[in-house]
Amino acid sequence: MARVVVDVMLKPEILDPQGQAVANALPRLGVSAISSVRIGRRIEIEFDGEPDLETAREIADKLLANPVIEDFSIRVDEQAGDSAQVSA
Amino acid sequence: MRIGVVTFPGSLDDGDAARAVRIAGGEAVRLWHGDADIHGVDAVVLPGGFSYGDALRCGAIARFAPVMETIIDAARGGLPVLGICNGFQILCEAHLLPGALTRNQHLHFRNRDQHLRIGATNTAWTNTFTEGEEILIPVKNGEGCFVADTHTLDELEAEGRVVARYTRGNPNGSQRDIAAITNAAGNVVGIMPHPEHAVEALTGPSLDGLGFFTSALRHLAGVAGGQLTGGATR
Repeated sequence: MARVVVDVMLKPEILDPQGQAVANALPRLGVSAISSVRIGRRIEIEFDGEPDLETAREIADKLLANPVIEDFSIRVDEQAGDSAQVSA
Repeated sequence: MRIGVVTFPGSLDDGDAARAVRIAGGEAVRLWHGDADIHGVDAVVLPGGFSYGDALRCGAIARFAPVMETIIDAARGGLPVLGICNGFQILCEAHLLPGALTRNQHLHFRNRDQHLRIGATNTAWTNTFTEGEEILIPVKNGEGCFVADTHTLDELEAEGRVVARYTRGNPNGSQRDIAAITNAAGNVVGIMPHPEHAVEALTGPSLDGLGFFTSALRHLAGVAGGQLTGGATR
Protein backbone atom coordinates (compact mmCIF):
# COMPACT_ATOMS: atom_id res chain seq x y z
CA MET A 1 0.00 0.00 0.00
CA ALA A 2 1.25 3.48 -0.83
CA ARG A 3 0.55 5.79 2.05
CA VAL A 4 1.53 9.40 2.32
CA VAL A 5 1.22 11.11 5.69
CA VAL A 6 0.48 14.81 5.90
CA ASP A 7 1.02 16.58 9.22
CA VAL A 8 -0.73 19.91 9.58
CA MET A 9 0.21 22.27 12.42
CA LEU A 10 -0.87 25.77 13.31
CA LYS A 11 1.93 28.21 12.57
CA PRO A 12 4.00 29.01 15.66
CA GLU A 13 2.66 32.56 15.86
CA ILE A 14 -0.99 31.45 15.81
CA LEU A 15 -2.53 30.99 19.24
CA ASP A 16 -3.67 27.42 19.93
CA PRO A 17 -6.32 27.63 22.66
CA GLN A 18 -6.99 23.88 22.46
CA GLY A 19 -3.34 23.13 23.12
CA GLN A 20 -3.35 25.60 25.99
CA ALA A 21 -6.41 23.91 27.48
CA VAL A 22 -4.61 20.56 27.35
CA ALA A 23 -1.47 22.08 28.87
CA ASN A 24 -3.53 23.59 31.66
CA ALA A 25 -5.05 20.17 32.43
CA LEU A 26 -1.69 18.43 32.80
CA PRO A 27 -1.14 19.36 36.45
CA ARG A 28 -4.30 17.39 37.23
CA LEU A 29 -2.44 14.34 35.93
CA GLY A 30 0.38 15.18 38.23
CA VAL A 31 2.50 16.17 35.25
CA SER A 32 4.61 19.28 35.53
CA ALA A 33 7.58 20.68 33.63
CA ILE A 34 5.59 20.96 30.39
CA SER A 35 6.03 24.39 28.88
CA SER A 36 3.70 24.07 25.89
CA VAL A 37 1.26 21.79 24.09
CA ARG A 38 0.18 22.40 20.51
CA ILE A 39 -2.37 20.35 18.63
CA GLY A 40 -2.22 19.52 14.94
CA ARG A 41 -3.76 17.08 12.55
CA ARG A 42 -2.37 13.97 10.84
CA ILE A 43 -3.90 12.93 7.53
CA GLU A 44 -3.15 9.62 5.80
CA ILE A 45 -3.60 9.45 2.05
CA GLU A 46 -3.66 6.04 0.37
CA PHE A 47 -2.62 5.93 -3.27
CA ASP A 48 -3.69 3.10 -5.55
CA GLY A 49 -0.21 2.77 -7.02
CA GLU A 50 3.07 4.46 -6.19
CA PRO A 51 2.88 7.30 -3.68
CA ASP A 52 2.79 10.59 -5.54
CA LEU A 53 4.32 13.26 -3.34
CA GLU A 54 3.62 16.05 -5.81
CA THR A 55 -0.09 15.25 -5.84
CA ALA A 56 -0.07 14.92 -2.06
CA ARG A 57 1.60 18.31 -1.81
CA GLU A 58 -1.07 19.86 -4.00
CA ILE A 59 -3.85 18.29 -1.91
CA ALA A 60 -2.21 19.53 1.27
CA ASP A 61 -1.63 23.03 -0.02
CA LYS A 62 -5.08 23.53 -1.55
CA LEU A 63 -7.29 21.68 0.90
CA LEU A 64 -5.75 19.96 3.91
CA ALA A 65 -3.95 23.02 5.27
CA ASN A 66 -4.85 26.67 5.24
CA PRO A 67 -1.52 28.36 4.48
CA VAL A 68 -2.74 31.54 6.17
CA ILE A 69 -2.60 29.90 9.58
CA GLU A 70 -1.07 26.45 9.13
CA ASP A 71 2.14 24.75 7.99
CA PHE A 72 2.27 21.19 6.70
CA SER A 73 4.84 18.50 6.11
CA ILE A 74 4.61 15.45 3.87
CA ARG A 75 6.30 12.06 3.99
CA VAL A 76 5.83 8.59 2.58
CA ASP A 77 4.82 6.20 5.34
CA GLU A 78 7.28 3.32 4.97
CA GLN A 79 5.39 1.33 7.58
CA ALA A 80 2.22 1.27 5.51
CA GLY A 81 1.00 -2.21 4.82
CA ASP A 82 2.89 -3.74 7.72
CA SER A 83 0.72 -5.51 10.21
CA ALA A 84 3.07 -4.21 12.85
CA GLN A 85 1.04 -1.09 13.45
CA VAL A 86 0.74 -0.71 17.16
CA SER A 87 -2.60 0.14 18.63
CA ALA A 88 -3.06 1.49 22.06
CA MET B 1 -33.07 43.12 -7.67
CA ARG B 2 -32.38 39.41 -7.31
CA ILE B 3 -30.11 38.35 -4.48
CA GLY B 4 -29.05 34.71 -4.35
CA VAL B 5 -28.77 32.82 -1.05
CA VAL B 6 -26.70 29.65 -1.20
CA THR B 7 -27.67 26.51 0.66
CA PHE B 8 -24.83 24.11 1.49
CA PRO B 9 -25.31 20.82 3.32
CA GLY B 10 -25.31 22.08 6.90
CA SER B 11 -26.34 25.68 6.21
CA LEU B 12 -28.63 26.95 8.98
CA ASP B 13 -29.34 30.59 8.28
CA ASP B 14 -30.20 30.45 4.58
CA GLY B 15 -33.91 30.82 5.36
CA ASP B 16 -33.36 33.89 7.54
CA ALA B 17 -30.99 35.41 4.97
CA ALA B 18 -33.58 34.98 2.21
CA ARG B 19 -36.20 36.50 4.50
CA ALA B 20 -33.95 39.48 5.23
CA VAL B 21 -33.49 40.03 1.49
CA ARG B 22 -37.28 40.07 1.03
CA ILE B 23 -37.89 42.39 3.98
CA ALA B 24 -35.28 44.78 2.55
CA GLY B 25 -37.27 44.83 -0.68
CA GLY B 26 -35.26 42.45 -2.82
CA GLU B 27 -36.14 39.17 -4.49
CA ALA B 28 -34.45 36.21 -2.81
CA VAL B 29 -33.27 33.44 -5.12
CA ARG B 30 -32.29 30.16 -3.50
CA LEU B 31 -29.04 28.73 -4.88
CA TRP B 32 -27.85 25.15 -4.39
CA HIS B 33 -24.26 24.21 -3.56
CA GLY B 34 -24.14 21.50 -6.21
CA ASP B 35 -25.42 23.73 -9.02
CA ALA B 36 -22.72 25.86 -10.64
CA ASP B 37 -25.39 28.08 -12.21
CA ILE B 38 -26.16 31.18 -10.12
CA HIS B 39 -29.17 31.95 -12.30
CA GLY B 40 -28.25 35.52 -13.16
CA VAL B 41 -28.54 36.90 -9.62
CA ASP B 42 -27.28 40.45 -8.97
CA ALA B 43 -25.65 39.62 -5.63
CA VAL B 44 -25.03 36.60 -3.39
CA VAL B 45 -25.29 35.89 0.33
CA LEU B 46 -23.32 32.97 1.81
CA PRO B 47 -25.25 32.18 4.99
CA GLY B 48 -24.24 30.94 8.40
CA GLY B 49 -24.26 27.37 9.59
CA PHE B 50 -21.91 24.42 9.51
CA SER B 51 -21.37 23.61 5.85
CA TYR B 52 -20.17 20.03 5.40
CA GLY B 53 -20.23 19.65 9.16
CA ASP B 54 -17.18 21.93 9.47
CA ALA B 55 -15.11 18.93 8.33
CA LEU B 56 -11.37 19.69 8.17
CA ARG B 57 -11.80 23.45 8.83
CA CYS B 58 -14.87 25.67 8.72
CA GLY B 59 -15.56 26.50 5.08
CA ALA B 60 -12.69 24.40 3.70
CA ILE B 61 -14.92 21.95 1.82
CA ALA B 62 -17.64 24.44 0.84
CA ARG B 63 -15.03 26.52 -0.92
CA PHE B 64 -14.80 23.74 -3.55
CA ALA B 65 -18.56 23.37 -4.10
CA PRO B 66 -19.58 23.82 -7.75
CA VAL B 67 -21.58 26.97 -6.93
CA MET B 68 -18.52 28.50 -5.30
CA GLU B 69 -16.37 28.18 -8.41
CA THR B 70 -18.90 30.40 -10.20
CA ILE B 71 -19.27 32.81 -7.27
CA ILE B 72 -15.50 33.18 -6.85
CA ASP B 73 -15.12 34.13 -10.52
CA ALA B 74 -18.09 36.50 -10.39
CA ALA B 75 -16.86 38.12 -7.16
CA ARG B 76 -13.52 38.85 -8.79
CA GLY B 77 -15.55 40.54 -11.51
CA GLY B 78 -17.41 42.75 -9.03
CA LEU B 79 -20.46 40.71 -8.00
CA PRO B 80 -21.50 41.83 -4.50
CA VAL B 81 -21.03 38.91 -2.09
CA LEU B 82 -21.82 38.94 1.63
CA GLY B 83 -20.52 36.08 3.76
CA ILE B 84 -22.09 35.79 7.18
CA CYS B 85 -20.44 33.64 9.88
CA ASN B 86 -19.78 30.36 8.04
CA GLY B 87 -20.05 32.41 4.85
CA PHE B 88 -17.21 34.64 6.12
CA GLN B 89 -15.16 31.50 6.82
CA ILE B 90 -15.86 30.28 3.27
CA LEU B 91 -14.76 33.63 1.76
CA CYS B 92 -11.47 33.43 3.68
CA GLU B 93 -10.92 29.82 2.62
CA ALA B 94 -11.61 30.91 -0.97
CA HIS B 95 -9.00 33.68 -0.58
CA LEU B 96 -11.55 36.31 -1.57
CA LEU B 97 -10.83 37.85 1.83
CA PRO B 98 -7.54 37.78 3.74
CA GLY B 99 -6.95 36.13 7.10
CA ALA B 100 -8.73 33.21 8.70
CA LEU B 101 -11.33 32.49 11.36
CA THR B 102 -10.07 30.27 14.17
CA ARG B 103 -11.35 28.72 17.37
CA ASN B 104 -12.66 31.29 19.84
CA GLN B 105 -9.81 32.14 22.16
CA HIS B 106 -11.77 31.06 25.26
CA LEU B 107 -12.95 27.86 23.50
CA HIS B 108 -16.61 28.58 24.29
CA PHE B 109 -19.38 28.97 21.75
CA ARG B 110 -20.69 32.54 22.10
CA ASN B 111 -24.31 33.33 21.44
CA ARG B 112 -25.44 36.80 22.43
CA ASP B 113 -26.50 40.18 21.14
CA GLN B 114 -23.37 42.08 20.18
CA HIS B 115 -22.57 45.75 19.73
CA LEU B 116 -20.52 46.63 16.65
CA ARG B 117 -19.05 49.87 15.41
CA ILE B 118 -19.28 50.36 11.66
CA GLY B 119 -16.02 51.28 9.96
CA ALA B 120 -16.12 51.21 6.19
CA THR B 121 -19.32 52.59 4.68
CA ASN B 122 -18.15 52.58 1.09
CA THR B 123 -18.80 48.89 0.46
CA ALA B 124 -21.63 47.31 -1.49
CA TRP B 125 -23.11 46.05 1.80
CA THR B 126 -22.67 48.99 4.21
CA ASN B 127 -23.37 52.15 2.20
CA THR B 128 -26.55 52.97 4.15
CA PHE B 129 -24.68 53.16 7.47
CA THR B 130 -22.70 56.11 8.79
CA GLU B 131 -19.09 55.74 9.82
CA GLY B 132 -18.75 55.19 13.54
CA GLU B 133 -22.39 54.16 13.87
CA GLU B 134 -23.00 51.61 16.61
CA ILE B 135 -25.31 48.71 15.82
CA LEU B 136 -26.60 45.71 17.78
CA ILE B 137 -26.97 42.32 16.11
CA PRO B 138 -26.65 38.71 17.31
CA VAL B 139 -23.32 36.90 17.28
CA LYS B 140 -23.16 33.09 17.51
CA ASN B 141 -19.97 31.25 16.73
CA GLY B 142 -17.42 28.80 18.02
CA GLU B 143 -14.74 29.66 15.48
CA GLY B 144 -15.02 33.39 14.95
CA CYS B 145 -11.61 34.58 16.07
CA PHE B 146 -10.24 36.57 13.15
CA VAL B 147 -6.50 36.21 12.69
CA ALA B 148 -4.08 37.52 10.09
CA ASP B 149 -0.43 38.49 10.07
CA THR B 150 0.49 41.97 11.29
CA HIS B 151 1.17 43.21 7.77
CA THR B 152 -2.31 42.16 6.60
CA LEU B 153 -3.97 43.72 9.66
CA ASP B 154 -2.09 46.98 9.12
CA GLU B 155 -3.06 46.95 5.45
CA LEU B 156 -6.75 46.34 6.24
CA GLU B 157 -6.74 49.30 8.61
CA ALA B 158 -4.70 51.60 6.37
CA GLU B 159 -6.98 50.91 3.41
CA GLY B 160 -10.16 51.38 5.46
CA ARG B 161 -11.23 47.80 4.92
CA VAL B 162 -12.31 47.01 8.47
CA VAL B 163 -16.08 47.07 7.97
CA ALA B 164 -17.04 46.59 11.63
CA ARG B 165 -15.39 46.05 14.99
CA TYR B 166 -16.70 44.52 18.18
CA THR B 167 -17.40 47.10 20.82
CA ARG B 168 -18.38 46.75 24.50
CA GLY B 169 -16.59 43.40 24.58
CA ASN B 170 -14.89 41.12 22.07
CA PRO B 171 -16.79 37.80 21.95
CA ASN B 172 -14.09 35.57 20.48
CA GLY B 173 -10.64 37.13 20.75
CA SER B 174 -10.56 38.47 17.19
CA GLN B 175 -7.43 40.46 16.50
CA ARG B 176 -7.98 44.22 16.73
CA ASP B 177 -11.65 43.50 17.55
CA ILE B 178 -12.37 42.83 13.87
CA ALA B 179 -15.90 41.62 13.21
CA ALA B 180 -16.17 42.29 9.46
CA ILE B 181 -13.82 43.11 6.58
CA THR B 182 -14.04 43.82 2.87
CA ASN B 183 -11.87 43.17 -0.17
CA ALA B 184 -9.98 45.96 -1.92
CA ALA B 185 -12.85 46.53 -4.37
CA GLY B 186 -15.51 46.73 -1.65
CA ASN B 187 -17.88 44.25 -3.28
CA VAL B 188 -17.03 41.29 -1.03
CA VAL B 189 -17.78 41.59 2.69
CA GLY B 190 -17.38 38.97 5.40
CA ILE B 191 -19.03 39.45 8.79
CA MET B 192 -19.01 37.10 11.76
CA PRO B 193 -22.16 38.34 13.57
CA HIS B 194 -25.58 37.90 11.99
CA PRO B 195 -27.35 40.89 10.39
CA GLU B 196 -30.05 38.58 9.00
CA HIS B 197 -31.23 37.86 12.56
CA ALA B 198 -31.84 41.54 13.27
CA VAL B 199 -34.41 42.57 10.69
CA GLU B 200 -37.70 42.21 12.58
CA ALA B 201 -38.81 43.50 15.98
CA LEU B 202 -40.42 40.16 16.87
CA THR B 203 -37.25 38.10 16.71
CA GLY B 204 -34.25 40.43 16.65
CA PRO B 205 -32.62 42.70 19.22
CA SER B 206 -32.91 45.57 16.73
CA LEU B 207 -33.55 46.22 13.05
CA ASP B 208 -29.91 47.16 12.53
CA GLY B 209 -29.15 44.17 10.33
CA LEU B 210 -31.48 45.35 7.63
CA GLY B 211 -28.98 48.00 6.54
CA PHE B 212 -26.67 45.39 5.03
CA PHE B 213 -29.38 44.21 2.68
CA THR B 214 -30.78 47.63 1.80
CA SER B 215 -27.18 48.70 1.12
CA ALA B 216 -26.82 45.95 -1.48
CA LEU B 217 -30.07 47.00 -3.15
CA ARG B 218 -28.95 50.62 -3.15
CA HIS B 219 -25.58 49.63 -4.57
CA LEU B 220 -27.25 47.60 -7.32
CA ALA B 221 -29.67 50.41 -8.13
CA GLY B 222 -26.68 52.73 -8.47
CA VAL B 223 -24.93 50.30 -10.77
CA ALA B 224 -28.07 49.85 -12.86
CA GLY B 225 -28.59 53.60 -13.04
CA GLY B 226 -25.00 54.21 -14.04
CA GLN B 227 -24.33 55.99 -10.77
CA LEU B 228 -21.87 53.77 -9.01
CA THR B 229 -22.10 53.45 -5.28
CA GLY B 230 -20.28 51.34 -2.78
CA GLY B 231 -17.54 49.06 -3.98
CA ALA B 232 -17.47 50.20 -7.55
CA THR B 233 -16.20 53.65 -6.62
CA ARG B 234 -13.30 52.44 -4.53
